[in-house]
Amino acid sequence: MTLDNGLRVVVSPDRSSPVVAVAVYYDVGIRSEPEGRTGFAHLFEHLMFQGSASLGKTEHFTYVQGSGGTLNGSTHLDYTNYFEVLPSNAAELAMFLEADRMRSVALTPENLENQVAVVQNEIRVNVLNRPYGGFPWIHMPPVLYQTFANAHNGYGDFVDLESATLQDAQGFFDRYYAPGNAVLTVAGDVDAAEILRLAERHFGDIPARDVPVRPDFAEPPPSGERRHVIEDRLAPTPAVAMAWRVPDPADLDAYLPYVVLAEVLTDGDAARLQDRLVLRDRAVTSVGGYLGVMGDPLDARNPTPLLLEVHHPEQTSVDTVTGAVDEELARLAGDGLTAGELERTVARMKARYLREIDPVLGRALNMSVFEQQRGRAELVNEVPALLESVTAEQVQAAAGTLGADRAVLEVRPGGAA
Amino acid sequence: MTTTAVTPSDRRTVPALGKPRTPKLPSVGERTLDNGLRVLAVRRPGVPLAELRLRIPFAGPKGRGADTHVARAQLLGDTLLSGTPTRSASQVAADVQALGGQLSASTDADRLGFGASVLSSGLPGLLEILAEVLTGATYPKDEVVGERDRLVSELAIYRSQAGVVAREALLQRMYGDHPYGRDLPEAEAVEAVTAAQLRSLHARRVAPAGSVLVVVGDLTPARAIGLVEQALSGWTTQGEAVEAPPVPQAPQGAAVLLDRPGAVQTTLRLGGPAPSRTAPDYAAFTLANLVFGGYFSSRWVANIREDKGYTYSPHSSVEHPPAGSRVVVSADVATDVTAPAVLETLYELGRIATVPVGQDELDQARRYAIGSLALSTASQAGLASTLSLLAGAGLGVEWLRDHPRNLGTVTVEQVLAAGAQWLAPRRLTGVLVGDAATVAGPLSGVLDIEPA
Repeated sequence: MTLDNGLRVVVSPDRSSPVVAVAVYYDVGIRSEPEGRTGFAHLFEHLMFQGSASLGKTEHFTYVQGSGGTLNGSTHLDYTNYFEVLPSNAAELAMFLEADRMRSVALTPENLENQVAVVQNEIRVNVLNRPYGGFPWIHMPPVLYQTFANAHNGYGDFVDLESATLQDAQGFFDRYYAPGNAVLTVAGDVDAAEILRLAERHFGDIPARDVPVRPDFAEPPPSGERRHVIEDRLAPTPAVAMAWRVPDPADLDAYLPYVVLAEVLTDGDAARLQDRLVLRDRAVTSVGGYLGVMGDPLDARNPTPLLLEVHHPEQTSVDTVTGAVDEELARLAGDGLTAGELERTVARMKARYLREIDPVLGRALNMSVFEQQRGRAELVNEVPALLESVTAEQVQAAAGTLGADRAVLEVRPGGAA
Repeated sequence: MTTTAVTPSDRRTVPALGKPRTPKLPSVGERTLDNGLRVLAVRRPGVPLAELRLRIPFAGPKGRGADTHVARAQLLGDTLLSGTPTRSASQVAADVQALGGQLSASTDADRLGFGASVLSSGLPGLLEILAEVLTGATYPKDEVVGERDRLVSELAIYRSQAGVVAREALLQRMYGDHPYGRDLPEAEAVEAVTAAQLRSLHARRVAPAGSVLVVVGDLTPARAIGLVEQALSGWTTQGEAVEAPPVPQAPQGAAVLLDRPGAVQTTLRLGGPAPSRTAPDYAAFTLANLVFGGYFSSRWVANIREDKGYTYSPHSSVEHPPAGSRVVVSADVATDVTAPAVLETLYELGRIATVPVGQDELDQARRYAIGSLALSTASQAGLASTLSLLAGAGLGVEWLRDHPRNLGTVTVEQVLAAGAQWLAPRRLTGVLVGDAATVAGPLSGVLDIEPA
């Protein structure tokens, strides 16, 4: 259902446990930050918890947790989400809380200053005081991409965070937090008709505003290899990440073979690169592979990469790692998959996906992003079949495209005591 | 409904909560097999998966043998799936994967744990592989040597993290040479482990008696238990089910400061004993801890994050290793505000220990404790993990019904008594990991710092 003000509402009843998940997705993320305001989408996410017309500072938290629920929000390249999981008698409360901040977030100088400090501490704990902090999600984009939108640091530079003003925040809210730029999803122990009625009651009178047209963030893939080295004084051993651009995720037929390919290469001890680099060559400590710099295969838009992430001891050179990866990709592209390899890979992907959508929150989050980016919340039930429709030939062909046009990011231990 | 023009000053009435629906207590099928393995099974439809949790008592000795045991146990967990009489390491991995399954083994100071999930159709196959591993893991020499080197590299990476350094030091400080005092093995101890030692440890300790297997999924308890019995009745290892000895009295009051030159944050960890889930004051303690710092809507978070911006994620958590529960108070604070952050932390701990909480604070924490328990069991995986943890503590599913009832009757006076008993600042001990040159001076004014 779509309200008159443009808010899209998705409901998925499941009466098996007395719990409900409520999620609101805004179609704005890191890529939409203006130059000089890196980290602003995430900072703004924090400000959305600081109060609104009917709620003082900290009340959003106390209402949700005081009803027995939990909550959070997160900022991604292409969206920002807010969500609660609660006992189902608090469904209307959660919808009220989300509506109140969508209507009238309270932006004050004290809250801005406070949350800049909190976000800086978040960056310290997750990046600056941590070995491999921001590897590769912050450090890979500037190697792989050339435009500001795609390449910049989504956590933000401290100077940019400190430069943020209330005017910036109000402008960001007015432009991007319009009801027509959002999706509301309610999943769990609820009655669908009742939720639609409550959505109308609490969100219906939020005035419609213009919905920004999402820019096309496309840029050409690397031609040739782009390489960069960072020194990490906290890291005890080296690491390397490799990234290749993949097809636009909007075209699932073209894109999903790469999602499967990442798992063929790295999911578990039977995967190609684990078997080669970890078990047989004993050359590396760990190998990981995934789609999207934030590990988000089905919720990133174009452009987006396939990434490999390898931790290795000093005795193994980076060229040994990249050479072995190239060999394995060439072997896959030349000889194709072995008997049963595709089936077993997809079987586990399917099981993992089902496990993800078993909790009401996992279901709500997936439905929200499918509705927002594809207009198809029902895709939540179609993913297993879509995975099963990927063919061995498609995966083989995908492997053949991961060639020399790529980005390589090395982490070298920087000599900390 | 009416529609009116809205202004930013428009203040609306927050809707009241509806009538809560009490979660239905899961119906647990249970049988102890002839080999001594206890099996618990719950039918939970939803998605066509089954979740398994197997818990095998695996505590180590006190004193000098502790480090050896931790090293062997850790490596045993890393190589259990590295081969059986009929399957190589990659064959085990491929066969589990083909069932739509995942299977992992890990050890801690109390137990060897297996966690698995699998498409319902693959449950018999997964149990068959599990049985093969339990009765015939081969620990091939090449795999053991390879995993040993890998573990040494991984340990170096773990220990480059301030949080890991702080946790190791805190446990060491709280428990000394008790097995709980050693969280991770030393690299030298790992390097000394041989495949023969792992086979011997497996033969002595990977035994069904004293172990508990939980199965949750879209199948009846009778069928689940039948499948388990069929697959695992041949697991007849006669071993010792070793539980950890009682924990010693932890030091109180002072803290140690470990230098991390140039660190932009100080990693603060305070710890102390806590009541077990069956203690008479456990519900009151749970609520005292929540009001202090156990959830986002707590005093400590409001103070040092939402008011002062000293930190991102302060949290006071309760852990329940069977031989002695503990509370761990954690925050990573900006270097230049380390002393003021510690001061506010001690203030909030002192307040929960000496001043009665407000009735509204208590009721809010109570609803959170009851609600979040219900949320934690609302998925197949959450229910399986919860039941396994409870079984490890000797508790049954009825605890999910009784604990909320106990929470419901806790009074302000009982919270004060529990706060005084368990959260008073002088009852805790601490570790700080930070840039000593900057933080040691200011800290010495607010905290007794002992030499590391």
